[in-house]
Amino acid sequence: MTNSLMIEAHGLTKRYGSTVALDGLDLEVPTGAILGVLGPNGAGKSTAVRILTTLTHPDGGTARVAGHDVVTETAAVQRSIGVTAQDATLDEVLTGVQNLVMVGRLSGLSRSQAKVRAVELLDRFGLSDAGGRILKTYSGGMRRRLDLAAGLVTRPPVLFLDEPTTGLDPTSRVRMWGVIRELVADGATLLLTTQYLDEADELADRIVVIDRGRAIALGTAAELKAQVGGARLEVTLSEADPAAAAALSPYVSGEVSVSHDGRRLRAPVPSVSGLATTVVRALDGAGVQVDDVDVHQPSLDDVFFALTGHPVSDADPGAEAQRPDSELEPALS
Amino acid sequence: MTAATLERVGPISGPPAHAGMLRRINDVVVLTVRNLVHIAREPLQLSDVTIQPVLFTLLFVYVFGAGVSLPGGGSYKDFAIAGLLALNLTTSSMGTAVGLSTDLNGGVIDRFRTLPMWRPAVLVGRSLADLLTASICAAIVAVTGLAIGWRPEGSVLSTLGGFGVFLLFSYALAWGSACLGIVSKGPESAQGIGLVILFPLAFVSNSLVPTQHMPLVLRTIADWNPVSAVTAAARHLFHNPNPSAASHAWPMQHPVVASVIWSLVLLAIFAPLATLLYRRRTTD
Repeated sequence: MTNSLMIEAHGLTKRYGSTVALDGLDLEVPTGAILGVLGPNGAGKSTAVRILTTLTHPDGGTARVAGHDVVTETAAVQRSIGVTAQDATLDEVLTGVQNLVMVGRLSGLSRSQAKVRAVELLDRFGLSDAGGRILKTYSGGMRRRLDLAAGLVTRPPVLFLDEPTTGLDPTSRVRMWGVIRELVADGATLLLTTQYLDEADELADRIVVIDRGRAIALGTAAELKAQVGGARLEVTLSEADPAAAAALSPYVSGEVSVSHDGRRLRAPVPSVSGLATTVVRALDGAGVQVDDVDVHQPSLDDVFFALTGHPVSDADPGAEAQRPDSELEPALS
Repeated sequence: MTAATLERVGPISGPPAHAGMLRRINDVVVLTVRNLVHIAREPLQLSDVTIQPVLFTLLFVYVFGAGVSLPGGGSYKDFAIAGLLALNLTTSSMGTAVGLSTDLNGGVIDRFRTLPMWRPAVLVGRSLADLLTASICAAIVAVTGLAIGWRPEGSVLSTLGGFGVFLLFSYALAWGSACLGIVSKGPESAQGIGLVILFPLAFVSNSLVPTQHMPLVLRTIADWNPVSAVTAAARHLFHNPNPSAASHAWPMQHPVVASVIWSLVLLAIFAPLATLLYRRRTTD
């Protein structure tokens, strides 16, 4: 590789019939970095991964992975990547060991190399006891971990994880996060798609937000949060009190808005520590009775809303893999 | 945790760019074995080639056999075994369509496609695994036949030749079946369409009843049906009663040559077609 970019895509476009899955997507992932690709169902995340992993040809644009063109040098790309797709891509009827050995042998490992590697990976992913069982008996979390293990058989320098925790229960999800963090500690370059904002926040160095087939924002979680401004203060009073707004004004960074019944107050505030304590003391000093104080740090949900004007949950019509872009024309109904 | 040392990034052994034929053979072997494991673990799939042949053999010999008199004489038992081989091998070739369609509708093909492997190995491995199950099926028919009194009268070599023409035909049919599996929407529809094609193919032939008593149109179709050529070839090689020898149709006069030609023609059409269809189905 002549440059330090492990994954780079320029102007990727892809149509399925009349729907546009990708509309000029640019992506860059430096060697050893983790890029979180964040977007709702149908934003084009899976299509982007399918193109970068040689499963789908783009209609336009170019992409290189580990320095190799994904269209003209597919074999070289395939030797550099590990893929964990959104849907299980292992053999339900084989055992865990048989699956990993099969993947190893089809990747060019000898029988003995593949076996050693399979045992190693099962151990690492906490699946040693299940290695001899067929996949039909695995739980969702176990399948995902095995699928991830299958992507690591040849120790590829580039990994693609397409929604690695979608559909998992919270415990399995946290366990999966731990596994992914370890991969990163090993120095792999990783592209991770997710529709969970906390997941991108948790795992990725940088996050690209995509919507309707194009990147609409790029930055660290902190930078993206900065785009929606600081934190937000919400105070609920025991009863309406005109003194409350005045008492708050020294600590807020904008207008204090008051609800119709006069009991709820809202204001943007700077992100400083101890703010809630300060606010309660000030209100107490003004003789105001407080029921509740909430300092709301911006989440990536807020970021998405600020960038697109619609919340993530509004753009969630169904499975992306089946209907890549079904929500792209919400106005048609 | 030793993970950091264990997991140093970088391809393990950098599979050689194009190790060529050896690599292809490796991929085919790996997938053949995978499919055999499937067949062994799916009792329903296995029953097609184990229980069904025994059942068909007994039913046809004892139920049909009671009512059929062969032109030119001979025992129905000796006549029937080649026909039952034809019936069982023809219908069990549907397994290729069902298996391939199941794979194509699951996620495993996507996994294969991201691996640096020889793509047609998916098809070749499938066809070879199904050839092995066809061999098992043929062996079960033969053993059942021997148990109830079937006797091939030719030399050992000639008898093996009889099985050979069947397995060659069965392999060719598997590729036709593969085409069906690739274009069908799912395993159920593959099976449905397969039945509609394969049952007439198996029954409108000389396999279970002599064609002499059929109406002219049907008899002509039967005489030119590849299944008839293969069945007649096996009867000829088994030295079993072969009433079709009396037919003037060319394939019935030269059944061995005709059956080999039929199989090779089917193979020459369906193998490239299946490869093309597979490539098309797995490209987007």
